[in-house]
Amino acid sequence: MSKPSDLVQGTLDLLVLKILALEPLHGWALSQRLKQVSGDVLQVSDGSLYPALHKLEQQGWIRAEWKPTENNRRAKFYSLTRLGQRYLEKEAAKWERISAAISGVLRLTEV
Amino acid sequence: MRLEHWIYTIPLRLRALFHRNRLDSELDEELRDHVDRQIEFNLAGGMSPDEARLIALRKLGNAALLRDQTRAMWNWNGLEQFIHDLRIGIRTLRRTPGFSLTAILVMALGIGANVALFTVVRSVLLKPLPYSDPGRLALVYEADVHGQHPAPWLPVDAGSFWVWQRSMKSLAQMALVSPFQEYNVSGEGGKLPEVVEAAWCTNNFFSLLGVQPMLGRSFTPNDDKPGAPPAAMITANFWKRRYASDPAIVGKTIWLDARPYTIIGVLPPTFVYSGAFGGAADQIWTPVRHEASASLLHTYGDHEFLAIARLAPGVSLPTLAASVDALQKQIESAHPEPAVHPGAIGRTMLDDAVQNYKTPLYALLGATGCVLLIACMNFAGLLVARAASRSKEFAIRVALGGGRMRLIRGRMIESLLLSAAGAALGLLLAWAALEWLIHARPDMNRVEAIRFDGVAAAFTLAVIVLCALFSGIISAFSSGRGNVLAGLQESSRAHSGGRSRALLRRLLLTAEVGLTVVLLVGAGLLLKSFHHLRSSDLGVPVDNVLTLHFGLPGTRYKQDEQKFAFFDQLLARVRALPGVSSAGLVSAAPGEGWNGDDLMSIVEHPPLGKGQGLDFMLRGADPGYFSAIGLPILKGRTFNQDERGKRANVVLISRGAAEQYFPGEDPIGKHVKTIDEGGVWTIIGVVGDVRWNVSKPPNPTLYWPIYGNGYSFGTIVVRSSHDVDLMAIPIQKVVAQLDTDLPVSNVMTLREAIGKNTIDSEFDSILVLVFAVIALVLASAGLYGVLAYLVTQRFVELGIRLALGAQRGALLSQLLLDGVKPAMAGLLIGLPASAAAVRLIRSMLYETEPLDPVVFGAVAGLLSFVAIAACLGPAWYASHLDPMQALRTE
Repeated sequence: MSKPSDLVQGTLDLLVLKILALEPLHGWALSQRLKQVSGDVLQVSDGSLYPALHKLEQQGWIRAEWKPTENNRRAKFYSLTRLGQRYLEKEAAKWERISAAISGVLRLTEV
Repeated sequence: MRLEHWIYTIPLRLRALFHRNRLDSELDEELRDHVDRQIEFNLAGGMSPDEARLIALRKLGNAALLRDQTRAMWNWNGLEQFIHDLRIGIRTLRRTPGFSLTAILVMALGIGANVALFTVVRSVLLKPLPYSDPGRLALVYEADVHGQHPAPWLPVDAGSFWVWQRSMKSLAQMALVSPFQEYNVSGEGGKLPEVVEAAWCTNNFFSLLGVQPMLGRSFTPNDDKPGAPPAAMITANFWKRRYASDPAIVGKTIWLDARPYTIIGVLPPTFVYSGAFGGAADQIWTPVRHEASASLLHTYGDHEFLAIARLAPGVSLPTLAASVDALQKQIESAHPEPAVHPGAIGRTMLDDAVQNYKTPLYALLGATGCVLLIACMNFAGLLVARAASRSKEFAIRVALGGGRMRLIRGRMIESLLLSAAGAALGLLLAWAALEWLIHARPDMNRVEAIRFDGVAAAFTLAVIVLCALFSGIISAFSSGRGNVLAGLQESSRAHSGGRSRALLRRLLLTAEVGLTVVLLVGAGLLLKSFHHLRSSDLGVPVDNVLTLHFGLPGTRYKQDEQKFAFFDQLLARVRALPGVSSAGLVSAAPGEGWNGDDLMSIVEHPPLGKGQGLDFMLRGADPGYFSAIGLPILKGRTFNQDERGKRANVVLISRGAAEQYFPGEDPIGKHVKTIDEGGVWTIIGVVGDVRWNVSKPPNPTLYWPIYGNGYSFGTIVVRSSHDVDLMAIPIQKVVAQLDTDLPVSNVMTLREAIGKNTIDSEFDSILVLVFAVIALVLASAGLYGVLAYLVTQRFVELGIRLALGAQRGALLSQLLLDGVKPAMAGLLIGLPASAAAVRLIRSMLYETEPLDPVVFGAVAGLLSFVAIAACLGPAWYASHLDPMQALRTE
């Protein structure tokens, strides 16, 4: 059972929220976008996206909706809720504070 | 923020709870959609269709695992797992109906008995009385400092009470009540005349208890004085029964003892007065100062009343009792009359009502507790055996990745299911038991308060959970430890694991047998005591004797001559009835109750100290009474027909009185006098002893002519050669011919009177016996079960031993010994434990020592016999195996 580590899991939530903040997407499109933006740095298997999406939905941060797509098909689109928007802002600020602090420390040791 | 969060998530939670199937199918669709898109993407990248599909699936990962992981994110996942386990539990239990049914029955017995007894104990002993602020209510009694009476709680005289009431104003309000009165209610409007139990009370009685009448008003000081317009209050029950709940009853007239009374109020249905001296059946209440004679209201020597106090805020019962005690000592020294008691004691009103039931009810609760423990152990034993037979299944489940906690939880759920089903059945049993109890014991105080309520329901729930935990944990630990490989490899050839589980079951059995022994000993003692009671001699032959009681109202029978004429005609007509062998008249028949005593002194003896006297029970009798009831005249003669009225100054005394008060003398010709009034009676004869209550020793008794000495009531005693019950109707017809308004009460045979006296003992001993038998059956089933299990475990081994030439007889006795061992250990523990436990029920025993060797011996014998009988089956079966067949079983 390969669960992503806590750090990656937490980061994954943040990334998913950020990407969905830009536009509503369905699961596959989201996975493509994730690869695009993070390159090879974050090795996320396609599948592990879904537990994360469902957790975020149960917590009320994103909302899911079935919408028609091309060729008479339909897909489950996820979009950010107001609650999720607020959470994203808070978490992003926190992330920036922490990463700034960490990179500050790392720079110290370099000099 | 919080609120907004809830608004978002509640619909999701509801969806997750109620539309689980849709969630599932949507998840499938979502994942399929993902794969499809990935395939299209791969095709567009130039892959072959097969390759595109393969890579898309590989990129997604393990779909089944993914689905599980995603589902784990949904709400209610824990609940879903629980329901899943529950379903599996129900399915497995249904696959073994024999086991499930046995376990459920065992638990139903244990839980049912406990819930019933707990409800009774709580309703009767613990629930507050149905009055306002009942914790502040108490009864104050006069104290028996000389120890002449069986209990120190003596009723109160009115003279002392008025002094108490006046002087204790700052400590408590006090009311007077006399709950042991009765009235002849005359027939009016086609209704039958009847004798109704009644009470006199002071006008503040109901306000002191905080009881408001349901209709009309309560007594006022204007009702409660001599010469006031006669007023009565009736209970809701009497109103419903006799007046068909007539809403216009207030203001109507009721004829009590042939005098008209106005009904001023109806008491609420919840009202009942229950005290140590009875009163629960009182249906008519009248004001005491209007009813009682002036002399009774002012004397210090006649104790006909009970004093109820409502403590003032901040005053404790000991404070009040101490103050009244000091006051009573002053009263005693200020009043030279004899029979003034020199002290007072108090107890709470609840204690007063239920004191007599405490030991028996707690003893019964203890007995049911033992039954429940035994049932739990049996249940645990069953679960352990079941776990043993399923050890391979568990090992396989662990090997396949089943979490150990999940497995244990599954077992706990099974045990919870069984005890819940047992409790459901047990509740039915408890309900039936309570219904039966309410009908079987109308004599018990507060039996009307018995109700299954929220607390009892909570108790049931707690019992279920505790039983399930206790049994589940024992069985879970019995097999939780073994490693998987051993479990998988264990076959019937390797039986070590089975043995360690059997050890646990044997320990449980030892404890079970120990408890059973305690119950059996208790039941044995109570039964022996009951047997003593039943066979104790009332003093007269009890077969085919019928008694009927009547009271002549003073308004209609004013003159002695009128009463005598009634007595004469009654006796003549009853004696003339076909089937009557003999008939007599007495104020109270043997076994009919206390019915009055007085302190006397003997004229020829040196005078006793002030207030001292010889206690005699008093009975009025007609000349033919002694021969009619079969009471032997040991010395002297009975009364003459003309010793009546003014010439009724002759008495017979009982043998006990002769021996106790005239040691070494001939009492005949001596004279007795009452210590207060000074009349003198000549002793003309000695008769045998009788008991006023079969469970109490006979008292010294004095018989004087019922023709005279103030008697206006009597009990007709009729002896017949057979079927005396059939005489009741003709005798009642004779009474009705003499006076149509005169009701007859207490119609019963002497046997029935004895039954009434011994109902407590009968009830307790039979219930404990039932519990003991249940315990014995459970324990012997346990013994049988363990040995049978061991035998199947050792099938192959036994086959080998037989094949190698083991003696069947030796094998039988060895197995038997093996099986009986836990029973013997339990017996060794149980006997000393019973010796300690029976001290607690000493007060319930009659002429029976708590350490009765016969009972202890019989219990040890019975238990050994049952244990051997239970083990004989499996042992016999094992020692007569066909070795070839046994060897081929695996």
